[in-house]
Amino acid sequence: MSSPQLLLTLEVQALYAQYSACLDEGRFADWPQFFTEECIYKLIPRENHDGGLPLATLSFESRGMLEDRVFSITETLFHAPYYQRHIVGGVRLLEVEPDGVVLAEANYLVIRTKRSEASEIFNAGRYVDRIVREEGRLRFRERLCIFDSELIPNSIIYPI
Amino acid sequence: MSCVESDTTQIPWAADEVSRVPYRVYADVQLHRQELDRFFYRGHWCYVGLEAEVPQPGNFKRTRIGERSVILVRNNDGTLHVVENHCAHRGVQFCQANFGSVRSFICPYHQWNYDLTGNLTGLPFRRGVRRGGVVQGGLPADFRLEEHGLTKLKVASRNGVVFASFDHATESLAQYLGADVLGYFDRVFDGRALTVLGYSRQRIPGNWKLMQENIKDPYHPGLLHTWFVTFGLWRADQEAKMVMDARGRHACMISRRNAGGAASVTEGVSSFKESMKLRDPRVLDVVSEPWWGGPTVVMTTIFPSLIVQQQVNSLSTRQIIPHGENAFDFVWTHFGFADDTPEMTRRRLRQANLFGPAGYVSADDGEVIEMAQAGMRQDPHGATVSQLDGRDVRNTEHMVTETLIRGLYRYYREVMQL
Repeated sequence: MSSPQLLLTLEVQALYAQYSACLDEGRFADWPQFFTEECIYKLIPRENHDGGLPLATLSFESRGMLEDRVFSITETLFHAPYYQRHIVGGVRLLEVEPDGVVLAEANYLVIRTKRSEASEIFNAGRYVDRIVREEGRLRFRERLCIFDSELIPNSIIYPI
Repeated sequence: MSCVESDTTQIPWAADEVSRVPYRVYADVQLHRQELDRFFYRGHWCYVGLEAEVPQPGNFKRTRIGERSVILVRNNDGTLHVVENHCAHRGVQFCQANFGSVRSFICPYHQWNYDLTGNLTGLPFRRGVRRGGVVQGGLPADFRLEEHGLTKLKVASRNGVVFASFDHATESLAQYLGADVLGYFDRVFDGRALTVLGYSRQRIPGNWKLMQENIKDPYHPGLLHTWFVTFGLWRADQEAKMVMDARGRHACMISRRNAGGAASVTEGVSSFKESMKLRDPRVLDVVSEPWWGGPTVVMTTIFPSLIVQQQVNSLSTRQIIPHGENAFDFVWTHFGFADDTPEMTRRRLRQANLFGPAGYVSADDGEVIEMAQAGMRQDPHGATVSQLDGRDVRNTEHMVTETLIRGLYRYYREVMQL
């Protein structure tokens, strides 16, 4: 691996770590800043993705929609509170397009811990990302969270 | 130590009381088994899917009716069949894929072979194995293939929506739904070709009846769901009608949206957020469709297994699949019509953000059902109170009512003989 590639790999890994920390610490207001103004964020059941079906469990197309989600998490969606713990591994840089867009993937596991309950595996899947450099930092132009989990344990409130 | 199953006849429940339901009705294993038998396996139609999910001969879909695994399949002649997913030989659940395409069903264990209608067509070593001029083994001479097929269910398809029943004496689907509910069913499913947009699947830790009741409860949406009250999608000052079939088991909640904003019905409602503005309003880019014919929302409960959702441009079937007395699986199939423009398809997909396991007006339904179940389990002597708008059962011209829940329990007590 060449030095620039190695450096980019480390940068992408750092981006993933910062993204996980943001969500795991409950700093949801910071979450939209990981995305470009025009962006795609989708949480997709693997069966829909593999079957070519367009429905996503969540499907957002702008930073504004992400901010609307954050408002609803904190102000409108009634739910039992829980902690999230993201474990991200197997980061793979697939390609750097001529215009600099980085295509990357990683596996993820989200562990949910509800108050007074034991921790449980909540959602398992893979990130499929298109990443760009903007204002001196890496941001997601597109993040697909394609999850294997055939049954969601009741509901998903916070971002994955 | 002993483990005693409760005797259902001991549930204290005043005669004809339908406005109060003992908590034990939601958390009793013996009652649950009786419900499966009386509602899911006898005398009722259960949803199994859309014809669009099995468009070609050989296409199948695996699903469940109650807690029994079944397969919806399209035969070579185009007819639809539903068979139970276990081999007649040794009981193996031979089908493990959600969807697929086959020429016949073959059990992997001993390769018993069935045609797509469930007839046993062949099996290895039926006539034995010839060795050294002697036939060894084989099935008895009087073994008849036709006596050992898969369990075949009665099937009814109406305008692309497929129901099945283990009970071949079940009345026709049209009779089962009754004229009023059928009218609203046909409003969505009028014979136009459907397009499946995708699935969401969740397991909700609550009794399955709580989801039927959630969509028979027009009281909660304008209180629990901020998006409904703030943006005027469902709230108590709207035009509305509550319509049941004659027996009170199926129902439609019908309404027309208003402009939202502050009004007397939002006073003191903590979920109402007057200043809430969407940063990106495309999620609520509602366009009226000619077939609506007035209402902007019709939520239909078809007892026991199905909810049909039309809320503005978002359409789904929601299948209720019990999983013991304390949980059920909830399967959402979002769909549109084959003649939708790409813009309409995108609109349906954007509005789908309101619904499903993460949706703005649905995720919290699952959450409160889980909390209701927890509360009911902790107090076997408690009972619900559903007395908004009285204690009787009748259709209404407004939504400030719990009449549909009372209708459900009038029917429930009749069938359960409780």
